[in-house]
Amino acid sequence: MTEYLLLLIGTVLVNNFVLVQFLGLCPFMGVSSKTETAIGMSFATTFVMTLASVLSYIINSYILVPLELEYLKTMSFILVIAVVVQFTEMVVHKTSANLYRLLGIFLPLITTNCAVLGVALINVNEQHNFFESIVYGFGAAAGFSLVLVMFSAMREKLADADVPKPFKGSAIAFITAGLMSLAFMGFTGLVKF
Amino acid sequence: MTSLLLALLVLGVIAALFGALLGFASVKFKVEGDPLVEQLDALLPQTQCGQCGYPGCKPYAEAVANGESINKCAPGGEDTIKKIADLMGVEPEPLDGAHEQDNTPKVAFIIEEDCIGCTKCIQACPVDAIIGAAKQMHTIISDECTGCDLCVAPCPVDCIEMRPIAQTTKNWQWDLNSIPVVELD
Repeated sequence: MTEYLLLLIGTVLVNNFVLVQFLGLCPFMGVSSKTETAIGMSFATTFVMTLASVLSYIINSYILVPLELEYLKTMSFILVIAVVVQFTEMVVHKTSANLYRLLGIFLPLITTNCAVLGVALINVNEQHNFFESIVYGFGAAAGFSLVLVMFSAMREKLADADVPKPFKGSAIAFITAGLMSLAFMGFTGLVKF
Repeated sequence: MTSLLLALLVLGVIAALFGALLGFASVKFKVEGDPLVEQLDALLPQTQCGQCGYPGCKPYAEAVANGESINKCAPGGEDTIKKIADLMGVEPEPLDGAHEQDNTPKVAFIIEEDCIGCTKCIQACPVDAIIGAAKQMHTIISDECTGCDLCVAPCPVDCIEMRPIAQTTKNWQWDLNSIPVVELD
């Protein structure tokens, strides 16, 4: 049990996907200008990441490894992710039209979010078992959501701030992201693996 | 050779399974129309007046859902703009000046000597307030007319004009109940 908890905290804080491993930066910059959208994106990504890591674990260990087809893993994982994203898109469209409009192009773009494929591939490389894969996928998504929501809250404040002209807009956002990344490096050594 | 065929077969089966799943989901989660457009349409006053520049309330609702500015509905006024802003999650804006109507109530009036009986205004009228037949002179039932001025543009001989409703003792808002008559003791 402790092992899973450590893995979860380790993925959320120490090896944060966005700020430490630099995966999934596109939606991190793209959908962080409003907190409401960021929260919606967080839920969608969490759902997709967790489900995709479970499904890709199942496909890898029960289909690809027994048949010695490991070289197909990138392709089949992309297939899994695309299906899960499509499915999520349908559900979001049905349940919340407003969220669907706000997320816009970023919802189908979860397919190409490298963090999602990253989780699936790291699960295989680190030889995680089934439950570790679930925890790792969920932890990665939780870490992504955490920094995305925090960053969007900061950007909402920045929109009102008196920023010098050369730093306005994206520039100050990138600087803020860099400072956040520095802050997250402070977690290094919190969990010993 | 066998491993190649096996790889193809495995990917094919996985793809077919996922395809079937998505096909099922697309039937199960089918969206009838665009629910946001329906909700926006319900907020609009349904006068079909076209003052927003769109040919009716539904087209304007569609345009708003696609990012058109929310402050173009003159009949709805500030109230409707506020409701749309709440639904869309944006800030309310003041009514667009270009679409602000002068609030004197008007009705359409057909200059009957000029009317050629083309029926074009009858087709344009959203509330069926124009009577007449082909090659017969038309006239307007002023009690039914909402003053939307949609019939003005289609008229080929410009015989329709918008006239302010003359204030009479009948249509003057007396508001008798709101006069505070109190008994002094």
